Amino acid sequence: MTKMTRRGWITVIVMALLAVLPPVFYLTGHAFYLDLATRLSILGIATVSLNLVLGYGGMVSFGHAAFVGLGAYAVGIPAYHWLYYSTGDWAVSGLAQIPLAVGITALFALLTGLVCLRTRGVYFIMITMAFAQMVYYLIVSIEEYGGDDGLVIDTRSELPLINLDDPLHLYGLAYVSLVVAMLLVRMIVNSRFGMVLQGAKGNEERMITLGFNVYAYRLVAYVISGAMCGYAGALLGNFTTFISPEMMDWSRSGELMFMVILGGTATTIGPVLGAVVFIVIEEVLSSFTIYWHLPFGLMLMAVVLFARGGLTGLLSRTKGGKE
Amino acid sequence: MDLSLLIIQLLNGLQLGLLLFLVASGLTLVFGILDFVNLAHGSLYMLGAFICASLTFLFGNFLWAVLVALPITGVIGYLVERFVARPLYTRDHLDHVLGTFGLILVLDTLAHLIWGPAGIAVPLPAWLDGQLQLGETLVIPTFRLLIIGAGLAAAAGLFWLVNYTKLGMLIRAGASNRTMVSALGVDIEMLFALVFALGAMLAGLAGMLVAPITEASIGMGNNIIITAFVVIIVGGIGSMKGAFIAALLIGLIDTLGRSFLDDLFKLVMSTDAAETSAPAVSAMLIYIIMALVLSLRPQGLFPPRTR
Amino acid sequence: MKKLAVAALTASLMASAAYADSVKIGFVTTLTTGAAIIGKDMQNAANLAVEHLGGKAGDLDIELIFADDGFAPETGKQATDKLVKQDNVDFVTGYIWSHVLLASRKSVLDADKFLISANAGPSQIAGKLCDEDFFSTSWQNDQTPMAMGEVLNQQGVKSLYIMAPNYAAGKNMVTGVESTFKGEILGKDLTKWGADAQLDFSAELAKAKASGAEGLFVFYPGAAAGAFTKQYHQAGLKDEIPLYSVFTVDAISLPKLQAADFQSVLGSRITQAWDPSLDNAANKKFVADFKAKYGSYPSFYAAQSYDAINMIADAVAKVGNTTDRDALRAAMKAADYGSVRGDYSYGNNNFPIQNFYLREVVADADGNWTTQVVQTVFENHQDSYAKDCKLN
Repeated sequence: MTKMTRRGWITVIVMALLAVLPPVFYLTGHAFYLDLATRLSILGIATVSLNLVLGYGGMVSFGHAAFVGLGAYAVGIPAYHWLYYSTGDWAVSGLAQIPLAVGITALFALLTGLVCLRTRGVYFIMITMAFAQMVYYLIVSIEEYGGDDGLVIDTRSELPLINLDDPLHLYGLAYVSLVVAMLLVRMIVNSRFGMVLQGAKGNEERMITLGFNVYAYRLVAYVISGAMCGYAGALLGNFTTFISPEMMDWSRSGELMFMVILGGTATTIGPVLGAVVFIVIEEVLSSFTIYWHLPFGLMLMAVVLFARGGLTGLLSRTKGGKE
Repeated sequence: MDLSLLIIQLLNGLQLGLLLFLVASGLTLVFGILDFVNLAHGSLYMLGAFICASLTFLFGNFLWAVLVALPITGVIGYLVERFVARPLYTRDHLDHVLGTFGLILVLDTLAHLIWGPAGIAVPLPAWLDGQLQLGETLVIPTFRLLIIGAGLAAAAGLFWLVNYTKLGMLIRAGASNRTMVSALGVDIEMLFALVFALGAMLAGLAGMLVAPITEASIGMGNNIIITAFVVIIVGGIGSMKGAFIAALLIGLIDTLGRSFLDDLFKLVMSTDAAETSAPAVSAMLIYIIMALVLSLRPQGLFPPRTR
Repeated sequence: MKKLAVAALTASLMASAAYADSVKIGFVTTLTTGAAIIGKDMQNAANLAVEHLGGKAGDLDIELIFADDGFAPETGKQATDKLVKQDNVDFVTGYIWSHVLLASRKSVLDADKFLISANAGPSQIAGKLCDEDFFSTSWQNDQTPMAMGEVLNQQGVKSLYIMAPNYAAGKNMVTGVESTFKGEILGKDLTKWGADAQLDFSAELAKAKASGAEGLFVFYPGAAAGAFTKQYHQAGLKDEIPLYSVFTVDAISLPKLQAADFQSVLGSRITQAWDPSLDNAANKKFVADFKAKYGSYPSFYAAQSYDAINMIADAVAKVGNTTDRDALRAAMKAADYGSVRGDYSYGNNNFPIQNFYLREVVADADGNWTTQVVQTVFENHQDSYAKDCKLN
């Protein structure tokens, strides 16, 4: 019981700090920290959605960066056509771009999920990566959209009431989206659907014997997760105003995975905490030395070797007893 | 297309495939027997290249450097096993991935600190630096033939070791049933450490062989590790035969794709579009192959019989 | 988290309060990955420039902040954003890579800061995307290969095979040599670039040889240069298909090739807008002091970085502050700060109109490998994209 409350407190404190601190930084003339918070909130959406399949569903996807990248390109490509070929105004309307991003990534998740979910364990890890690499090289090969060099998004999405060119508005949208994503995943996990998903992670045979079509349940979870990542990608494109195939490189998928594990899998706050710590530490260390990968790598190893269950596990452990 | 170009490209593909096999064989051994995902395997490949490069300048001879560098990479492999891998054997694959990714960052940065960012060009003895005339228009660098020879020799040695020695018998037994082997009273910790060090030496050897061609450079391991993973997945984890066949397959596909795909593409698109999209598509080919293999055979081409 | 944030806040408050009378220059270059060898050279040259200036631009202190682009456009853009928003620099310079510059350009110009490229010169920024607040102390990418194309014509080369990395500058290099070379192009290969660049060129070299071309034109900067040069010679192509390169054999790769005793690179010919042997006072001082301090010849990257810092400092010294942007712009446009390449002027797109030379790799009096000028290929050459630029 104490464990639950403690974890609950961590969630409240982290989310409250995220709500208050970045705007304060911005208003006191430190725009960069708001940018940092925007980036980690957006990545937080991606890690929360990855946690749905990885943490709760036991499907270790090594290709989630492809969803983020596809979402970003769904914003960038219409904006590019609008600027250079004067296609209709819809092209930069967020009401067209965001559904496009979500739709495309959901479709991509469905098609690849049909194949990937036939495999297990490490084969699943590698086949999700294979599909992500295919998208990566596909984008690289399209000269029109910059290929390897990437594409500058000159016009952000236009939305009613919200002006994405205003950093505060953009952060507000990212933060609210993050909270919604967390609630959504929590709701899914606590539903009957989520119970089956988690049951299949623990004992697949048993769920099949009980008459559940585990494959279909997993596929639905995979599609939801992919679509949420696509949404995060649409926000990321609007935030960075620059997209490149590098966004979907396997190392980016790896980073998303590390954030989830670092924070603690199968928890509500874990993926967010992981993203926050990952980005902040990266930022702090890299401002001290160009050799920051050394302490950063040592820290990752230390977390794995000595802090089972990630940071959330570490923080929510009671004094004395192990868990 | 002319025949000698095709033969040269086949030899190039064979050379790439054998280098891949050297990296992949260690990876598949460690993965198959120890059930340990070692992302940092590529860093051992990089360390092999750098150590060999330094020793080449020390001894003034590339071959001596290789002979001395091999046991050194073996020892490094042993240390990695003892202090990073061993505490993680009982954890799940996710922890392996995170821990060894941390190790990659550490080793890459250490290499940057020790050898600088420049990379090192490795000089070859004169008799290896030339070319061999195999036919009227068929000329191939001597050193690339040496790589092919060394790769085949290492592969043959490995097959002998795995199939005809007591150690190999234990390795094969360990790959299919770990508990059984330890129940038979075999020092499983020692066996694991040996396998890990052997894998490190094979990866290091690949790094040493490639260094005179591409130079020893930081991050060189990260380029090859993903391809090596593709190889062992396509071949079936733990299968030496599978790794060998898949490595050659992928080496040939990659090389032939780079060589002839743009000419194929030119039949259906403009020259410029073909020149820029062909390299990307040929890089994509190996992933398409992997996805195809896995969708038809979810355990790879040659899955070990029992687990 | 709380502690970190508070620490960061205090640190940044102190940073912004400390230097009131200074000019802040952000310098974006590659400090990690294998390409850091270039970044290090640029960093050394920029530091040397500040040292020569006594740390002052007129009455203002020079504060130089280096940032790493990690050899990737996205990382480079993030580093640029941080310099502009957090460190509040007045000028951003550096930029080895064209794709990094293209990604970062908007961040600097939208914030009303000056952007000075010390190396990259992508065609877009010379043409349609030109801006009055952008200046180059290098060249437009196409120009150096254009000079090489001219050299090829003079030497009577009739057909060519081309190899370059597949990114913005690689494509510009190809366009450049194609625009002046009058013979036939028999084949082209664009190879994977970036942190996981392709470094084994066996398949491409075999194709180049089989094409029967009379020459091989390549562009492989930085770490790829050594790898390419070695494989070219290992494949025994020197007599079969002579090599004509740009930005490949330079002060970055020569020490490495010399250490590996790679004799056959002596005598190679390359085109460039600058050379350590150029005879002017600024260049002599720069080359001598660079060698004394860092123990090797400066590369062209270093020369252009040295120029960039000097140009900024000269403009700030003449104007006396960092706020009168029109005066600063005019001062830089005059290009009379004493460039190590000698006198040059700026075109409407703020790219230099300058000479291009043919250089040859030689051993100097101490036996170190370097380059010297053979002939002038172009005099006062302007890039071909200037006409697409709306500025005048």
